Amino acid sequence: MQIALSVKNLTKKFGDFTAVNNISFDVEDGKFFSILGPSGCGKTTLLRMIAGFHKPTSGIIELRGKNVIEVEPNKRPVNLVFQNLALFPMMNVFENIAFGLRRRNEKGQVVTSKVSEMLERVGLPGYEKKEINQLSGGQKQRVAIARALVLKPTVLLLDEPLGALDAKLREHMKVELKKLQAQVGTTFVYITHDQSEAMVMSDHVAVMNSGHFEQLDTPQNLYNSPASSFVAQFVGNNNKFIVGLQKDESGNFYATTPEGGKFLLAEPFDIESDTTFEMYVRPEAMIINPDIDDKTINVLKADVKALLFDGGNSRLLVVPENSDMELIVALPQNHQFDYIKAKDKIRVGWHPKSAVCFKRSEEKIYEEF
Amino acid sequence: MIRTLPNSTSYKAAYKLFIVLFFIFLFSPIIVTMVLAFNNSMYPSLPWQGFTWKWFFGKGPDKIGIFHDAANLRSIYSSIHVAITVTILSTIVGTMASFLFEHEDFKFKGTLYFLMLAPLVIPGVILGISILLFANAVGTFFQNVLGIDLQFLGPGYWLVVFGQFSFITTVVTMTVSARLKKFDRTLEDAAYNLGANKFQVIWFITLKYLRPSIAGGAAIAFLMSFQNFNTTLFLVGSNATLPIKLFTQVRDGSTPVINAIAFILILVSSIIAVTTLFTGKKSE
Amino acid sequence: MKNSKTHKIRWSLIIFITPVLLWLFLLIVFPQLELLKMSFFGTGLPGKANFTFANYAAFFTEPIYWLTFVRTALYSITVTLLVLAISLPLTFYITKIAKIQTQGFLTVVVLIPFWISELIQVYGWMILLRESGILNKFLLSLGIFKQPHELLYNNVTMLMGLVYISMLFMIVPLIGVMQSLDDSLIEAAYDLGAKKITIWKKIIIPYVTPGIMSGSILVFMLVLGSYLTPKLMGGKNALWFTEQIYNSMIIYFNWNQGAAFGFLLLLLSSLIIFVALKITRQDFRKVIK
Repeated sequence: MQIALSVKNLTKKFGDFTAVNNISFDVEDGKFFSILGPSGCGKTTLLRMIAGFHKPTSGIIELRGKNVIEVEPNKRPVNLVFQNLALFPMMNVFENIAFGLRRRNEKGQVVTSKVSEMLERVGLPGYEKKEINQLSGGQKQRVAIARALVLKPTVLLLDEPLGALDAKLREHMKVELKKLQAQVGTTFVYITHDQSEAMVMSDHVAVMNSGHFEQLDTPQNLYNSPASSFVAQFVGNNNKFIVGLQKDESGNFYATTPEGGKFLLAEPFDIESDTTFEMYVRPEAMIINPDIDDKTINVLKADVKALLFDGGNSRLLVVPENSDMELIVALPQNHQFDYIKAKDKIRVGWHPKSAVCFKRSEEKIYEEF
Repeated sequence: MIRTLPNSTSYKAAYKLFIVLFFIFLFSPIIVTMVLAFNNSMYPSLPWQGFTWKWFFGKGPDKIGIFHDAANLRSIYSSIHVAITVTILSTIVGTMASFLFEHEDFKFKGTLYFLMLAPLVIPGVILGISILLFANAVGTFFQNVLGIDLQFLGPGYWLVVFGQFSFITTVVTMTVSARLKKFDRTLEDAAYNLGANKFQVIWFITLKYLRPSIAGGAAIAFLMSFQNFNTTLFLVGSNATLPIKLFTQVRDGSTPVINAIAFILILVSSIIAVTTLFTGKKSE
Repeated sequence: MKNSKTHKIRWSLIIFITPVLLWLFLLIVFPQLELLKMSFFGTGLPGKANFTFANYAAFFTEPIYWLTFVRTALYSITVTLLVLAISLPLTFYITKIAKIQTQGFLTVVVLIPFWISELIQVYGWMILLRESGILNKFLLSLGIFKQPHELLYNNVTMLMGLVYISMLFMIVPLIGVMQSLDDSLIEAAYDLGAKKITIWKKIIIPYVTPGIMSGSILVFMLVLGSYLTPKLMGGKNALWFTEQIYNSMIIYFNWNQGAAFGFLLLLLSSLIIFVALKITRQDFRKVIK
């Protein structure tokens, strides 16, 4: 596979502040690559460097093996779909899409046919004469993508283009965008703070935090084996336990909570004395009232504090006995647990393989919401 | 109090009366002036002596209409000549000034902006005399020290243009700036990203976006220049502009030919005004 | 961004700033400095004139000069207040009371005279008010007047004329700011039991003050610097200060005296605007926009 975009040791400093800190990655031709991170993590700066709007402090950006650091943004074979779309309000749909072609001195029939072909691709055939303010949010989206794609860029950059849409339409556009990418085969580099967007659409996702990549992997791996505490919290939902680690004489590792809980872990750890760890268990990995005889499952007793009904996303808010921490437990809507009410006492269990542990980091890296 | 709240009948009636009186006050001199342009009388006054077009098209001997009134036609020509030059210059410089103040950063920007606003609060008479004095000083300098006689620094066409340009450019700058403030600069980035060079970005995106305000600014510039009296008074040479020429006729009394001129001016200004207002509204 | 655009910024800055600097320095700053300089020189042969305070001394010793000056200033303030008194209820009616459908129409109609030149507006009043004018004919025919009266050339008429020519410069900014005043603020105050007077004092006036100030500055400047209206509508024995300047400059050809008068007028206008802005705690740059 050819490498479409290669970034090597890229750094960007604004005065004393390092927005992007020594990042390297490759994106293969035809892949959908996402950069996922909270606002202020440097992802927009990274994208703007690739587009050419920022000059890196150091490092190399290669497009199909050619270093483009010295190439002006209007000469780079990359195009950007802006966060606010930046459609030209004084031009109609046709003129917007033809704008880039015209700048390449393409004329007449060639432009007309390229534009109409592109409009067909994005599902807006015959929309040439529409004014921008006549379009709905989703249609504007497609025009913005068409305007960039018509130039056949080596890499298409997308800066949170779904941010302005309402939730329903966003769900829809995720699927559309994925299909479109598969159809045209252009390499997409997509930045977002929405982990669901990144997971659904991408072949690979880089989780970015304060200027560096925490983990670069497939969505499945990010979810199942997060490489850091940050990734565990940022990708998907997670319950966090503050624990110490122990090893027994038979070589099993356990996590122990201050309340006296003791939970089996699937993997060995390097145990240094007096180190606190963070253990994460996903709400959907939690088993409600597990089989009492299954000794391989970690179990704790808890009170149901509230039932958070949300259709397929319904959860229980539970408080483990003798503790003031709160856990979220997924509540499948298959009538199996209809008997559970608030203030009930239940048992909650999980398989040791479902839990991951990290050394506790002192810095507060991510505000939970 | 306001339309959505209950109001007493007397409150509403009093307000209606006030508004009616106001509009009578506002329009009576204008309407009277326009109507009397068609009075078949030697004086711009009553009694009504019948309808006539003579004050527009009359060839004399007693009633010379505006289209055969050589002296007044000459001053209209002078005014148009000045106004076109002022409009072109002030529109170009005013647009550049709004780019400067909205899109550039430099030392003393605040001071320069303050200076740009100053012509609005300097009485036109003072702009006129100060430019006259300065032009005279510069002209004298060139004459005495370099031995060059710079004709355009004496009262006349160019001084009038400079005088009007000095404050009309401020008005254009503010008109264009008001729209440029609302311009989303990512549009420039987008055009740049799509392969446009810096000149094309300004030409195809920014200036195209500004077009209604530039046209509006130019229309205002033309009207202000055409009608200016205070500044022009001190700078005018032998070719009087229309307001200067009309002034003595108005002061000393004249035939209704002034009403005919006024009729045309009112009509033209109103058309420009309404067009500007509506295109301005549409582009919002 | 800063790094990559350094080159571009320098060039565009030079292109944009050059004409602006030429404009502001050659046509505003240097002429005003020349005005100031000239005002300190006596008449004499060019190049041989001496530094003197005589031009300013003349202003203070000749009562006709400083009386005209004071009169012009007081009249200008009076006109500004009168215009404000008319414009506030008017713009309030247009933006808040008139039916939504008529509001746009009224706004356009009220602005049309704004574009008509001062000379023609004054001419309209002259043919209405003079001894042989329309109003006289009308009142005679109604029997209210027994004989024609000269309604022009007195101070009241001149005041009215000045109000007329400057009024729309107050109405335009006021309509803008009144429109942006959210109706629900007034409704909320009403709902909380406020009387009309209180609503005006506590809600409307504070909100529209920037509009009042920009309108007042424009009106005041326009009236203070007016030449046509006082000349054509005012009494023969009551001079306006701009006429004083014209007389010195053009009739007596005493440019130094004219420069001194001009500079005094500039000083007066700046001072009054400065004081007004300080009293109402407004920023010049925000008011003029």
